[in-house]
Amino acid sequence: MQKNKKCLAMLLAGGQGSRLLALTTKVAKPAVSFGGKYRIIDFPLSNCTNSKIDTVGVLTQYQPLILNDYIGNGAPWDLDRNYGGVHILPPYQAKDKSAWYLGTANAIYQNIDFIKNYNPEHVIILSGDHIYKMDYADMLDTHIDRNADCTIATLEVSYEEASRFGIMNTDKDMRIVEFEEKPKVPKNNQASMGIYIFKTDKLIKYLEEDNAVEDSAHDFGKNIIPNMLDNNELMVAYPFKGYWKDVGTIESLWIANMDLLGEQPNFDLYNPYWKIHSRISGVTPQFIGPNSLIENSIISGGSKVHGRVVNSVIGSNVVIEEGAVVENSVIFNNVVIKKGAVVNYVILDEDVVVGVNAKVGEKDATSKGITVIGRGYEVADNAIIGKGLNIEKEVK
Amino acid sequence: MGTAGIIFSDGRFSQVDELVRKRTEASIPFGGRYRLIDFALSNMVNADITQVAVIARRNYQSLMDHIGSGKDWDLSRRHGGITVFPPFGNYKSGNIYDNPIEALQGIIGFITKCPEENLILTECDSVNVINYEDVISQHEDNNADMTIIYRECEVKDLYAEHLVVETDDFGRVTSAGLVNETKGVQKVGVNALVIKRKLLQSLLYEAAAKGANSLEQEIIINNVSSLRIFGYNYTGAYLRINSLENYFANNMALLDEQVRKDLLETVPIYTKVRDSAPTKYGKNAKVENSFIADGCVVEGTVINSILFRGVKVGKDTVIKNCILMQDTMVLEKVQLNCVVTDKNVTIRDHQELSGCSKLPYYVAKNMMI
Repeated sequence: MQKNKKCLAMLLAGGQGSRLLALTTKVAKPAVSFGGKYRIIDFPLSNCTNSKIDTVGVLTQYQPLILNDYIGNGAPWDLDRNYGGVHILPPYQAKDKSAWYLGTANAIYQNIDFIKNYNPEHVIILSGDHIYKMDYADMLDTHIDRNADCTIATLEVSYEEASRFGIMNTDKDMRIVEFEEKPKVPKNNQASMGIYIFKTDKLIKYLEEDNAVEDSAHDFGKNIIPNMLDNNELMVAYPFKGYWKDVGTIESLWIANMDLLGEQPNFDLYNPYWKIHSRISGVTPQFIGPNSLIENSIISGGSKVHGRVVNSVIGSNVVIEEGAVVENSVIFNNVVIKKGAVVNYVILDEDVVVGVNAKVGEKDATSKGITVIGRGYEVADNAIIGKGLNIEKEVK
Repeated sequence: MGTAGIIFSDGRFSQVDELVRKRTEASIPFGGRYRLIDFALSNMVNADITQVAVIARRNYQSLMDHIGSGKDWDLSRRHGGITVFPPFGNYKSGNIYDNPIEALQGIIGFITKCPEENLILTECDSVNVINYEDVISQHEDNNADMTIIYRECEVKDLYAEHLVVETDDFGRVTSAGLVNETKGVQKVGVNALVIKRKLLQSLLYEAAAKGANSLEQEIIINNVSSLRIFGYNYTGAYLRINSLENYFANNMALLDEQVRKDLLETVPIYTKVRDSAPTKYGKNAKVENSFIADGCVVEGTVINSILFRGVKVGKDTVIKNCILMQDTMVLEKVQLNCVVTDKNVTIRDHQELSGCSKLPYYVAKNMMI
């Protein structure tokens, strides 16, 4: 006998994230590093555990190995539970057919049995590529209070940006009356954040109906939500106030990292009441050498800084040797920047080595000219790599 | 087969009075994010020892809080894992033990029941990276009843109860005594030994019958001629913590690259994970030669210092030669030199505090200045 779950989370983590270039050659987007010691998926997972959602299915497909290993038994997020906890859900072989996940809705459809197994009253659908802190429990309360069939979290965006998002047009009670995917002339600036709570029976019904339609894209935004609207289901917008960033591009990933800096950062990681959990162990404190200079930066455990670090975000176990300069950059775990090397406006993926006196990126680049160096790449001594480039190891 | 560990948390050898007023010796914070017991525990875990008993005597709340379920050391196990043993008092008098023999008698149930063949007994009075795998394989090769881990060092500054041994060419202990009878460089026990579990069990019954109370005398010294006792020469990194002066010096020793490598980077040292954010440095931060844990926010100047997790250093504040423990808040325009702040201390604007390296100025837990 087990108590039924009130709300179960399904976290879509299978996307390739090809616009992150070299950063997603070997890992799925949710496993990309963020903010020094974190990975992107830490944010939705921590939000779940902070919102008392203790059962999470993580749908993986593209390059899952590092992501699987990182999530492990879920212990860092308190998601190692006797009943519930975190479950990795990859595509699988079935008796009559086997198929990759064909779209966001299809991925959930293929795991309907997982949902039924826990028999939750509601299912929340999350994306593994957003940086934000959100109390899903509050959204669930709204969803239940309104007796909604589906509640969609929305964010106010500028009208210029609105044509890049799915826009929710609502009545005065926040009931969604119209949904426009990337409208040329937006009537509204409430954008869908890709976070949905469904009544479980409605979700299953619409997933099954959608699955029967052959030419469907099997996508929540394109198919499920419009179908539900057409059938006059009660769909409610839940306006979210706070920091939220889709880090799907190099530029947005870099900006989101920079948003952590400053005295009053746009996004604050230091709130003890909404901790972001991550899997990390065995790192020592960081050592800051006698001739170093550090300004307006964040640095993670185990790093050794002997050079100059300005306006940058540094991961765990990074070594910055004497005379090296790191400015306006995001450095992932285990990077080594050797003596005299200069990096500016770059993102260095894990295990990159920048050789002695090498120069990567340019100081007059901006968020649009970020240079990306892929996992494990070794920049030769004295090499010069210009702005806006994407360099990675040849993948066999 | 196999080895289990027993850790004494309530130091008999160190007298860092200030730091143990509200905690056990084992839970004394060290090196930015560790506690002394982390080294004993990590050494055991690194040798695949997964059954560990920790004997507590007093003030063990901080110890219990630190260890929790033991998960951070992979010691939360269905079989074995870590167990903290609070004192086992006499139901009539209500007295709790006051010597290690009685302490061990108090956990005789653990010693009797655990299936491992050998036991490691260790104190938490030092920071070391003893390779127990190596110790145990030597212990077994020697077919030893007991293996005493020692290092060769000057005996000055040691408490009289420290064990000193002499060994023959085969490493067998030929005589054993206490420090107070010796001078110069000796083979001094590091308060860690391996012993056959069943042997310890019977020695404890004998000791109880006699009313003996010295572990060194009763278990080791008295048995040198009758048992196969061997020595293991530990030559690795070793920092003994038995006074506030050497607590200060040995923390500062971590500013040396070689010491950090030897103690923290040869094998993993596990500790309680706190999920702190990375450390943030402000626009006017100035940091030199310092060892800084996660979760700090530095707006001022930090030189030659150790900052534990969650320390805040305000603007125009200068911290020199200091050890600031977890969640110390130093506000603005403060000057600190050779100061040790315990956990959760707040130092308000414009304060100036200074000690010296021989006598650092100590600020007790939760104080506000």
